[in-house]
Amino acid sequence: MSYLSIRNLSVRLKGGLPLLRRVSLDVAAGEVRGLVGESGAGKSMIGKAVLGILPPAAEITEGEILLDGADLLRLSPAERRRHIGATCALIPQDPLTALNPSHRIGPQITDRLVDILGWTRADADARARALLAEVQIPEPDRVLRAYPHELSGGMRQRILIASAFAAEPKLIVADEPTTALDVTVQKQILKLIAGMQARHGTALLFVTHDLGVVSKVCQQLSVLYSGMVVEDTPVRDFFATPRHPYSAALLAATPKYTDPSAGLNPVPDAVIEAVRAEVAAFDRRAAHG
Amino acid sequence: MQILRILFLRLLTTLVTLAGVAVIVFFVIRVVPGNPIAMMLPPGATEADVARLSALYGLDKPLPTQFGIWVAGVMQGDFGTSITTRQPVLQLVLSRLPATLELSIMALVMAVILGGIAALVGTRRRGTGTEGAIDIANGMALSVPDFLWGLILILVFGVLVPVFHISGRVTPSLDLPFTTNFYLFESLLRLRFDLWADIVSHMFMPALALAIPLAAIIGQLLKQSLKETMNLDYVTLARTKGYGETRVILREALRNAALPTLTLVGVQFTFLIGGTVIIERLFSYEGLGNMAIDAVINRDLPLIQGIVILFAVIFVAVNMIVDLLYAVLNPRLRHA
Ligand SMILES: Nc1ncnc2c1ncn2[C@@H]1O[C@H](COP(=O)(O)OP(=O)(O)O)[C@@H](O)[C@H]1O
Ligand SMILES: [Mg+2]
Repeated sequence: MSYLSIRNLSVRLKGGLPLLRRVSLDVAAGEVRGLVGESGAGKSMIGKAVLGILPPAAEITEGEILLDGADLLRLSPAERRRHIGATCALIPQDPLTALNPSHRIGPQITDRLVDILGWTRADADARARALLAEVQIPEPDRVLRAYPHELSGGMRQRILIASAFAAEPKLIVADEPTTALDVTVQKQILKLIAGMQARHGTALLFVTHDLGVVSKVCQQLSVLYSGMVVEDTPVRDFFATPRHPYSAALLAATPKYTDPSAGLNPVPDAVIEAVRAEVAAFDRRAAHG
Repeated sequence: MQILRILFLRLLTTLVTLAGVAVIVFFVIRVVPGNPIAMMLPPGATEADVARLSALYGLDKPLPTQFGIWVAGVMQGDFGTSITTRQPVLQLVLSRLPATLELSIMALVMAVILGGIAALVGTRRRGTGTEGAIDIANGMALSVPDFLWGLILILVFGVLVPVFHISGRVTPSLDLPFTTNFYLFESLLRLRFDLWADIVSHMFMPALALAIPLAAIIGQLLKQSLKETMNLDYVTLARTKGYGETRVILREALRNAALPTLTLVGVQFTFLIGGTVIIERLFSYEGLGNMAIDAVINRDLPLIQGIVILFAVIFVAVNMIVDLLYAVLNPRLRHA
C-alpha cells in the first residue's frame, strides 16, 4: 500500500500557466522515490503541494494527494496542517536560509514535538540529544544552545535532518538536500540521509537532478519534464532500459562516475522537440476537456 | 578590543555632537534680535540701568568670553541662572524633564502598540480588503502632522464627547503626595490609582497626537518587513511543522522583521520628542517643550541653552538605547 499517492495532480499559476500536468506518483511505506528533471520542471512544486506550502501565486486545479489514506485536498486547512505536521517533514535545499537566525538550535529541533505534538520539554530535549548523536554532531550541549550563524553549512544541514526525523515522520520530502553544500560534504550528507531513512523505515521523496545520486539512494524514479511525468519506473530498469527518449537522453547526458572524462552529451534538440510536442498535445487535450 | 574601539568612537562622536549643539545654540540665540535685559526692565529704564543688569548677567563681555564662561560652568554642572525666574537653569530644566519623558514614552508605547497591531493584522490578512483598509488608515495618519492630530483630538474627545482633559498635566485641585516629578510612574508605585487615572486622562490626547504619525510609520515599515520575512525558507519550514498562520507570524517572522524597523523607530522617536514642544503648548502640558517656548518668548538665554543641551543629550541617549536593543535582539551582533 502506498503511503503517499498523488493522483492526476494539476497545479497552475493563478491566471493560467500550467506548472504541473496531471502528475501521478506513489511512494510506498519505507520506499525512496527519486524525482528528476531539469531545473524548472516542477520537482519542488510536487514536494510543496504535498507539504501544503505551495506559493500563494499557485493553485491546485485538479487531482488528489492521498497521505496515509486521507485526501489532503479535502481536509480543512487546520486539519491538513496538523496531519502533515504529524506525519511528514521537509529536508530543505539551502541549510543557510532554512534555520531561523534568531532562535537557538535546540528549539528548532524540538518545536514541533512540544508545540504541535504535545511532548513534554524534557522528553523533547532528550530526543534532540539522541538525534544529534545520530546525525553525528558532537558537543550536543553547545550546539543546542548555539545560534545558526555559529555553525557551518554542513552542520546546519545535519541539524535540519535531525529536525526532520524528530517526530518519526512516515514521509520525508528532501528537496535537493545537498545542492547548496560543499562537494566534500555532499557525500557525507547523502550517506547520512540514506542511512537514517533505512534505519527509521521512512518513505522518502527525493528531489535531485543528479542521476548518480538516484542510482545510490532510490528504488523508484519519476522523470519530470515541464510539469509532466514522462517516465515512472523502478530505478534498476531505468538505468538498464530507459523507456522514454527524454529519459534516455538524460541518462546519456550524465557523466559516468566510472569515467568522468567521457564528458557531457547535452540532450539533443530533436528529443527536446519531441517531448515539447507531447506537452503541447497534452495541453490541447486538456483544453478540449 | 573591538568593543572598546566602538565605545571610544561612540563617546567621541557624542562629545563632538554635544559641543556642536552648544556652539550653535549659544551663538544663534545671540544673533537673533531681542534683548533679554530690555525685556526685564520696566519702561523708562535708563541706559545705565541696562548696563548694570547686563554686567550682572555677564552679557556685557565679548561673545567668545561669554561662551568660555558658560562652557566652564557647564563642565562643573552649572548651567547658569534663568534670567526670568532667577532660578538655576539646571534645577528648572530637571524639574520639567520627567513630565516630557513620561509624555514621550507614553506616546512611544501607544505608537508601538497601534503600529504593531496594524502591521500584524495587515500581514495576517495580506492581500485582502482588511490590508487595504490598514494601508489607507496608515496613509491618512502619516499625511496629518502631530499638532493637527492634537487639534482634531481636542475637537473629538474634548469638545464633542468630552471624555479626556484637554489641558494641564493633572487636575490642580488634587493633593499630590509625590516626591519626584514622575507623576505617572510614582502614582503607580504609591498605588494611587485615582491620581494615576487623572494623570492618564490628561496625558492621553497629547500622547496620542504624538503617537499617531509614528504608529503609521511603524505599521507600514513593520508590515512590509513582515511580508518579506514570511516568504523566507525558515518560515516555510515552520509551516510544514504544523504551525498556523498566526503562530508562524508571531514565532518565526516578528522578531526578525522587527530589527530593521527598530533602527528607524529610534530616529523617529527623536522626532517625536521634538514634537512635544508644540504639543505641550497646545495642551498646556507643563513639560520641557512648553518651558522652551516661554524661554524663547522671554529671550531667557541661559534657559534656552540649558533646554537645548538637554534635548541633545536625550537624542544621543535614545540612539544609544536603540543600538543596544538592536544588539540584544540580533544574536549575530551579540556574539561578534
Ligand atoms: N513562487 C513562485 N511563483 C511563481 N512561479 C513559481 C514559483 N516557484 C516556482 N515557480 C515556477 O514553477 C515552475 C516549477 O518550479 P520548481 O518546482 O521550483 O522547479 P524545480 O524542478 O527546479 O524544482 C517553474 O517554472 C518556476 O518558474
Ligand atoms: Mg527545485
